[in-house]
Amino acid sequence: MDAAYAILALPLLGTAILLFGGRRTGDPASGWIATAMAVGSFVATVVVWASLLGHSAASRTVHKGLFTWIPVGSLHVSFGLQLDPLSLTWALFSSGVGSLITLYSIGYMKGDSSYGRFFFYMNLFLFSMLVLVLADSYLFSFVGWEGVGYCSYGLIGFWFERNSAAVAAKKAFVTNRIGDFGFMIALFMMFGHFHSFNYSTVLAPLASGRLTLAGATATGLALMLFLGAVGKSAQIPLYMWLPDAMEGPTPVSALIHAATMVTAGVYLVARSAPILHFSPSAQWVVASIGAATALLAATIACGQDDIKRVLAYSTISQLGYMFLGEGSGDYGAGIFHTVMHAFFKALLFLGAGAVIHALHDEQDMKKMGGLWKYLPVSSWTFLAGFLALSAIPPFDGFWSKDAILAAAWHKSPALWAVGVVTAALTAYYMSRQFVLVFGGKARWVDRAAEHGAAGHEAGGHAGGRPHEAPPVMTVPLVILAVGSTVGWLMNAPFAGLNFLERWLAPVFPARIAPSFAVATGTKWAIGTVATAFAILGLVAGLSAWRRTAERPALEPAVLAHAWYIDETVSAAASGPLARLASGVSFGVDAGLVDGLVNGVGRLAAQSGRQLRRFQTGYVRNYALGIGIGAAAILAYLATRMGG
Amino acid sequence: MTVPGAWYLVLAAVLFGIGATGLLVRRNVLVMFMCIELMLNAVNLTFVTFARLLDDIGGQASVFFVLVVAAAEVVVGLAIIVAMFRRRAAATADEIHILKG
Amino acid sequence: MGSVGTVGSVAASTLGFPILTVIVFLPLGGAILTALVPASDDGLARRVGLLAAVAEVGFVAYLLVAFKPVAGFQFVSQQPWIGSFGIAWKVGVDGISLFLVAVSALLFLVAMAGPPLRGSARAFMTWMLLLEAACIGAFLSMDLFLFFVMFEVTLVPAYFLVAGWGGPRRNYAAMKFFIYTFAGSAFFFVALLSLVFLTAPAHHGHATFDLITLTRLAGGLPHADQVLIFAGFAVGFAVKAPLVPFHSWLPDAYTEASTGGSMVLAGVMFALGGYGILRLGVFILPRGASDLAPVLLTLAVVGITYGAVVTIMQRDLKRLVAYSAIVSVAFVVLGEFAFSAQGVAGGVLQMVNESLTIGALFYMVGVVAERRGALRFSELGGIQKSAPILAAVFLAVVLSAVGLPGLNGFVSEFLVLAGTFVTHRWWAVVATTAIITGVIYFLWAYQRVFHGPARAANAAVREMSWGEIAAVAPLLAGIAFLGVYPAPLLDRLTPSVDHLLAHVQSADPAAHVPRISGGALSYSVPADQNVDSGLQTPAGAGATAAPVGAGAPAGAGSGAASSASAVPAAPSGGTR
Repeated sequence: MDAAYAILALPLLGTAILLFGGRRTGDPASGWIATAMAVGSFVATVVVWASLLGHSAASRTVHKGLFTWIPVGSLHVSFGLQLDPLSLTWALFSSGVGSLITLYSIGYMKGDSSYGRFFFYMNLFLFSMLVLVLADSYLFSFVGWEGVGYCSYGLIGFWFERNSAAVAAKKAFVTNRIGDFGFMIALFMMFGHFHSFNYSTVLAPLASGRLTLAGATATGLALMLFLGAVGKSAQIPLYMWLPDAMEGPTPVSALIHAATMVTAGVYLVARSAPILHFSPSAQWVVASIGAATALLAATIACGQDDIKRVLAYSTISQLGYMFLGEGSGDYGAGIFHTVMHAFFKALLFLGAGAVIHALHDEQDMKKMGGLWKYLPVSSWTFLAGFLALSAIPPFDGFWSKDAILAAAWHKSPALWAVGVVTAALTAYYMSRQFVLVFGGKARWVDRAAEHGAAGHEAGGHAGGRPHEAPPVMTVPLVILAVGSTVGWLMNAPFAGLNFLERWLAPVFPARIAPSFAVATGTKWAIGTVATAFAILGLVAGLSAWRRTAERPALEPAVLAHAWYIDETVSAAASGPLARLASGVSFGVDAGLVDGLVNGVGRLAAQSGRQLRRFQTGYVRNYALGIGIGAAAILAYLATRMGG
Repeated sequence: MTVPGAWYLVLAAVLFGIGATGLLVRRNVLVMFMCIELMLNAVNLTFVTFARLLDDIGGQASVFFVLVVAAAEVVVGLAIIVAMFRRRAAATADEIHILKG
Repeated sequence: MGSVGTVGSVAASTLGFPILTVIVFLPLGGAILTALVPASDDGLARRVGLLAAVAEVGFVAYLLVAFKPVAGFQFVSQQPWIGSFGIAWKVGVDGISLFLVAVSALLFLVAMAGPPLRGSARAFMTWMLLLEAACIGAFLSMDLFLFFVMFEVTLVPAYFLVAGWGGPRRNYAAMKFFIYTFAGSAFFFVALLSLVFLTAPAHHGHATFDLITLTRLAGGLPHADQVLIFAGFAVGFAVKAPLVPFHSWLPDAYTEASTGGSMVLAGVMFALGGYGILRLGVFILPRGASDLAPVLLTLAVVGITYGAVVTIMQRDLKRLVAYSAIVSVAFVVLGEFAFSAQGVAGGVLQMVNESLTIGALFYMVGVVAERRGALRFSELGGIQKSAPILAAVFLAVVLSAVGLPGLNGFVSEFLVLAGTFVTHRWWAVVATTAIITGVIYFLWAYQRVFHGPARAANAAVREMSWGEIAAVAPLLAGIAFLGVYPAPLLDRLTPSVDHLLAHVQSADPAAHVPRISGGALSYSVPADQNVDSGLQTPAGAGATAAPVGAGAPAGAGSGAASSASAVPAAPSGGTR
């Protein structure tokens, strides 16, 4: 099982090579190094997974110690790995999808002046992500958690010359840190309570029933952890950074901001299931935030024109589904959806990247259209991703979303209703996107003729007609499309094909995640209704946007501006809040605090100026003063003695 | 016959008064300097008188201190005065007020 | 040697060779030698000065290796000095001072070798070495008079370093710094003399300035006296650190000083405050310290939040970095007065980290200033395009400053906050907002300097030279090493910290000091501070089955009882 070390060591090695030699290896060697490390890491993960399969279901948790990190008194933090079904699930799809996207980037980033830096960040990201999921303690996971946040910062701001990219990068980091505040408070509470951060110390006794948690403690812990998840996974109210994160290169959006990093929050909640178990109210919060986010983001996605922003809001919405599933108590469903989403959302982003690449950095869907015949591979694969996301049977999304909706129904019909409406909206905005990009008339011709020169994002293609991306980019598309089409077979709810569910079962024992039985009839009804809604949305989208790209009535400004929420927050931050801070900084600190100090100095100087008048320079004045003083002292002594 | 101790004290007081008055009213630095010496010696006289009256050697010891200090003062003071006379012909105390605040 | 087997006991490693005396006098000798070099030969003066600094690092490295990870002072050497007043030359090192000495020696070397010098190298090297001798002397002092002398002597070279090599307002800044700190020291001095004279009757009528003897005697003072004397100490050190609201000399001094001056001012001298309050304040007067801890904790939390707000709005890169130091120093104080092993160890570690990080930050600010002249944000931007290595190194240092895990800043920040949380929960919660605000001001600053389109002179900024990279490399190495593997440092630090806390606990049983023991589960968090009594063992499952339940007194709400019984059996018997 020493392959476990290789999972982390290889991306770390790649990071080191590219950090110190990235400028020398250059284009495309840097990309191939990074890809080789990612693929090697994936292979190592598969090896570990295979060996875990050899264990009995109950003993599929293996610890690998590394070294002692922080030893202070009762706080003893070690770095170590915990290989169990949950962490392996994440490690498998992160390294797998990560490998494909790194491969894709070799073509996509071709010609960029900072080619080495990009792949340095890609490898560092993969390393951090794997640390996050494979760590054996909350604190070590937090190390990876912050690491992916930093990589996200570096990659969103990859084209730092653009102010918008630089601002988006900072916004992402700051918003994530608001969530991290919750994570850290949770860590402190854990320390105060369990004197440990280890999953095996904190969670195992709770899961096995040897310990229970008081409701208030469990709620506090769970909500603080969930605040961390909300930041990382872009849920209400901390979702605003993710659409802006689309400033980064498209492979980054695919890997970090769709498939892997943003699902870290889902992982954290799944990992903390034993804590959530003791707090029904926290479960309600998770489910409600998830459902609300799913709906809100889906409405916004309907009004966006930027091809990547639609997908970004869609990601927020789908993450909401995952939390809805987890909050409803069916962690398996949430994780199933996470894995499926990794396939089809990575596929959609990479497909969008291929389109952007072909159109020389055009991202406005209103200026696309009719690309079906020019980009055959991209079109077909995008179609697969579109149908999977829209939850059309038998594609991936249908099965995982169905499982979540069943759980939501069990939790509360209201949550289920929100989920179904969101499903219809999802199908609507995706079909809108699909026909705007690939169907209808070409609206890009003029532009291509005008701006023949290649954009800097894709590098050296001459102008003219869009053409299909090179094989290094289309191969990942095809693989992901296959995954989006048949990936659901890993957890099909019939014929004993529910591999994923059985694989995860040891992590979520019935004690903490009670299984619930939904009657077969209800199940069919739920699936049918959801599919009907999805098809409804699909038909609406197709019929509305097939012929025209301009339907202002369907794109109210309030949706294009995302309900003005971001604008309001930004205005508050740069307006009243900035004025307040400015007042504190220059009024209170420079004026009051420093003014008091300088005031003491001025007081001394002023009193000196007044007192110097007594220094006339005339000796007789001084002598007189001495005389009067002496007389006064004498008089005083005389009266004292006389009295 | 012995002179009563009070006479010495009265003499010392008169001397001190002359010195103090001189210091306050005269402008000539040298004269002012002599007035200070007069005052110091008036004090010395008082010390000696009381030493005798109270039969305490401490008073006489103090006189020695005063004498030494006065000698040192004369040295430094005269040097300053001489240096001053070199710079300006007729120096009165009022002309020297560069230490005015 | 007044070593009783209690607080401040002298661990039995007395070398025949007085290495600590050498460590204090070596820079002093270097300063004298440098001053004797003819003024015309600046190159020679520079070489002599650097040689002294390198030799100092060598001796300190030996000290690090030879140091044994146990509590108490080591390598103590003692010579009578002014015997009739009970003043002696007495130096010793323990886990708390060891790494401050080490990081000071390193930072002084970098500050002397790294930044290019304008003006006389001879004078600069002389003042720097003098300052080094005084700072390290203060860290090593085991005699309060000696400490006071060293503490005050630092002001002289610091004044000349600011006034001689600084920016346009250097005279104002230097004078303000000097007077302000001196005024603070007046409180310290009065408190020190009161302590010495009030304890004299208990010491056969002889005054003594010996740290350990005073520590033993001070417990016998009336409670009110202890509090007052501690307050005097606290004011002096709060100005030096500085703690809000005594900070207003800081932005001027740190901003106006030259690069090397800022590095040692912000990187070493602040630690005199943080170290002094712990070694003199908490160590000698634990009752005063525990009485006034809420005040200091509150000031620290105010410093963290208020300092952050003020930092965010700064318009000049160097001034922003200077203000950020207020927040970092507040973390030191927060940890120290949390009175938990994690908090105090974190506070001390925070000083070491702060030295590395803010030293490197000021160095990098100097590198930028040298290329661009101006440091106002309005005149900077987009530098990463023409100087990617400069940008990368700067980013690494910034990430250390914002506490990214894997770099040094996180370890100490986390220890401080976790240690504070177990004893003073709400203070810790408010202080944790620093992880948000820190990112705002540092990344915003980074963005305004390195990101965005490069205009005018920013488009052609010279890349970092190999020499500059080599100068900052030791600091970067320290930043990375202490982030990934701080265990060697913490192993040497914690015995001394445990010892100190045992002392505080024994002096004031009411103080909220978590119990000390070797076991992994040893906290006795008082009931009113506990998260809640949520750890219950379900009936039938059996308490022994719960690994967490074993040592956690939090269960069954027995907090108060366990707090009372928490007087440690640690080696602190006959302190009073």
